[in-house]
Amino acid sequence: MNYRTFLIKYAEIGLKGKNRYVFEDALVKQINRALKHCEGSFEVKRTEGRVTIDVTSDDYDFDETIAALQTVFGITGICPVVVVDKVPYAELSKEVVKYFDEVYPDKNKTFKVFARRAHKDYEMDSMELNKELGHDILEAFPELTVDVHHPDIQITVEVRNVIYIYSEILPGPGGMPLGTNGKAMLLLSGGIDSPVAGYMIAKRGVVIDAVYFHAPPYTSERAKQKVVDLARLISKYTGPIRLHVINFTDIQLAIYEKCPHEELTIIMRRYMMKIAEDLAKANDCQALVTGESLGQVASQTIHALGVTNEVCTLPVFRPLIGFDKQDIIDISEKIGTFETSILPFEDCCTIFVAKHPVTKPNLEIIKRHEENLSENIDELYRKAIESDEVISIW
Amino acid sequence: MEIYLDNSATTRAFPEVAEKVAKVMTEDYGNPSSMHMKGVDAEKYIKEAKSIFAGILKVNEKEIFFTSGGTESDNLAIIGSALANQRAGKHIITSSIEHPAVLESMKYLESLGFEVTYLGTNKEGVVEPDELKKALRDDTILVSIMHTNNEIGSLQRISDIGVIIKDHNPNTLFHVDAVQGFGKAKILPKKMNIDMLSISSHKIHGPKGVGVLYIADKTKIHNISFGGGQQGNMRSGTENVPGIAGMALAAKMIYAKLDEECENLYSLKERFIEEATKIPDVTVNGPVGREGAPHIVSLSFRGVRAEVLLHALEDKGIYVSSGSACATNHPEISKTLKAIDLDKDLLDSTIRFSFSVFTTGEEIDETVKALNDIVPMLRKYARR
Repeated sequence: MNYRTFLIKYAEIGLKGKNRYVFEDALVKQINRALKHCEGSFEVKRTEGRVTIDVTSDDYDFDETIAALQTVFGITGICPVVVVDKVPYAELSKEVVKYFDEVYPDKNKTFKVFARRAHKDYEMDSMELNKELGHDILEAFPELTVDVHHPDIQITVEVRNVIYIYSEILPGPGGMPLGTNGKAMLLLSGGIDSPVAGYMIAKRGVVIDAVYFHAPPYTSERAKQKVVDLARLISKYTGPIRLHVINFTDIQLAIYEKCPHEELTIIMRRYMMKIAEDLAKANDCQALVTGESLGQVASQTIHALGVTNEVCTLPVFRPLIGFDKQDIIDISEKIGTFETSILPFEDCCTIFVAKHPVTKPNLEIIKRHEENLSENIDELYRKAIESDEVISIW
Repeated sequence: MEIYLDNSATTRAFPEVAEKVAKVMTEDYGNPSSMHMKGVDAEKYIKEAKSIFAGILKVNEKEIFFTSGGTESDNLAIIGSALANQRAGKHIITSSIEHPAVLESMKYLESLGFEVTYLGTNKEGVVEPDELKKALRDDTILVSIMHTNNEIGSLQRISDIGVIIKDHNPNTLFHVDAVQGFGKAKILPKKMNIDMLSISSHKIHGPKGVGVLYIADKTKIHNISFGGGQQGNMRSGTENVPGIAGMALAAKMIYAKLDEECENLYSLKERFIEEATKIPDVTVNGPVGREGAPHIVSLSFRGVRAEVLLHALEDKGIYVSSGSACATNHPEISKTLKAIDLDKDLLDSTIRFSFSVFTTGEEIDETVKALNDIVPMLRKYARR
């Protein structure tokens, strides 16, 4: 079957009352963005509370088009549809039978017809359509059986100002269209978790900027390239990302030199959050996003997260907080970041790790030890902020 | 400023070579197998290259075969000759410090039922000929030993080994991986009892993706690639004419001034070692003087992580290689450094500096100066 039209299903957008048009506009915009790199040309339309995509070129690649649409947040389902004009029943019935025959060569199945009539001026109502179309299909293919509760195939016939015939709903990623829910700053490392965290927050309609802490010569150009690659991989879903690369070496060495070794990671995390928040505010972000997962490592215990969080005033989103590692890996494999994440380059979190880092840091003690840095930390902090190198990824 | 001291990884091509490659690509681009003039013109480059290599190695032109590089030469020599001689026996001897192109070929042969003996080395990274003698058996069909070790520059006693092999059994084949040695030493297969010799172009200022395998006439060997039957069916596939022409020119240029260049490299090496080892706790791996290769220096910096030192040098425009590729969570300890029994603490603190004809005394001095700046700084922040 050579489909020329796709009907796009979305869930939560429908709930948004008067804001609905904002969400639908964003959805159309994101669909257009995703289709830009696909072979062929397309027209995305909003009609009668539906978003449809018409193929306007002679050729296009069905699989590529579906894969692109499956990266658009807000879409819950993609239905390849056959569109017929609002023809009289006799003709419609022929079309439906023809559709069935082409799409399902194997007739050893159960089916039902599900008709909807948005335009009440059609000659039959939906109950009659169900009954008559079911009858006509059965007559054409007697080996079929009807099952109204759990059919193998449900053929939907929607009567609007045209008639849509479809039976397949290919899953979309769900969520909400990008750009409908503000912007956040993602702390992106080279690991498995943070790209997944970025994906999950973007899925709620949030535009993502990212910050990476680079520590040359302790971390290599390749480690940085890996982060750029990861940002590029998630940008497939999140849209363009502005990646901020911050030179963190001097702060890290200062902490290493002057603070107790077992508190190194936690103090380092506090400075990272502080810098990320400054960058977030300077770049119109309303929140921070991290890949932290409760209890995964010493710096992600409930106590450590509390101590880290204390430096922030913006909300910090931790979408993976309740996830097991395997759950995170599963998503990472699904969105295609896993293989890049596991490339073995050191990132700045693994350079100077203590053998036994604190798992229950005490905020007052940490703050007291941070006093050791007071001599030049402001200067180092300023330099780190100034080192911001922005890499635009799209 | 750029100081490139990673010439054992690859070299900068001679400008003359680049010109030649471009000329062949854009003007004499014919397929040497074509019957017309364009083909004949292209074939001339192949013939000329064969004559150049035959001249340098003092062998016959028909014993020169062109491949895609050192790896393919090693694969073809080892797998091709093992398969062709398996009726005579299935035992092979090599060393534990060979390049992966050799070791992985051996692994493959083991999976086919061959038995491989891996010889260790002495503290200098040299295979003891006596050890080889002990390992030789009646069913040994092939011995593969490298000419120059790529990590620490130890030179193997190829001539002695050749004699031992042929004394034991003239039919046992001797393959030498000379990827690091060619262009730094006179290598004469006929005198050294070498049956097969691997050469790579990009280690001698030629283009990448091309190499030579010398195969002595009458050597029993099977082709391992299949196709149009080029190069006497030993290596099918349209010859990489630009690459071959460029490589031959590079070889010619290198061997025109071999003694002079080696002399120069040795004096750079000596100067570097003398100055660099003045830094406390810096030690040399492998042979220090002229018993080693002229262009490779392996240094261990106690208390410094190789990867970090490498990047710190990179920051100053100095490019080197870490002696042991040591990656997070995947410590791949260098077989060579293990074979010479290097102190465990130094395995991850070892850097290889490798020179070329482009390397200057000033660059050596700059590098020593950089090491003097960086090493104490890095030691201050060593992992506690």
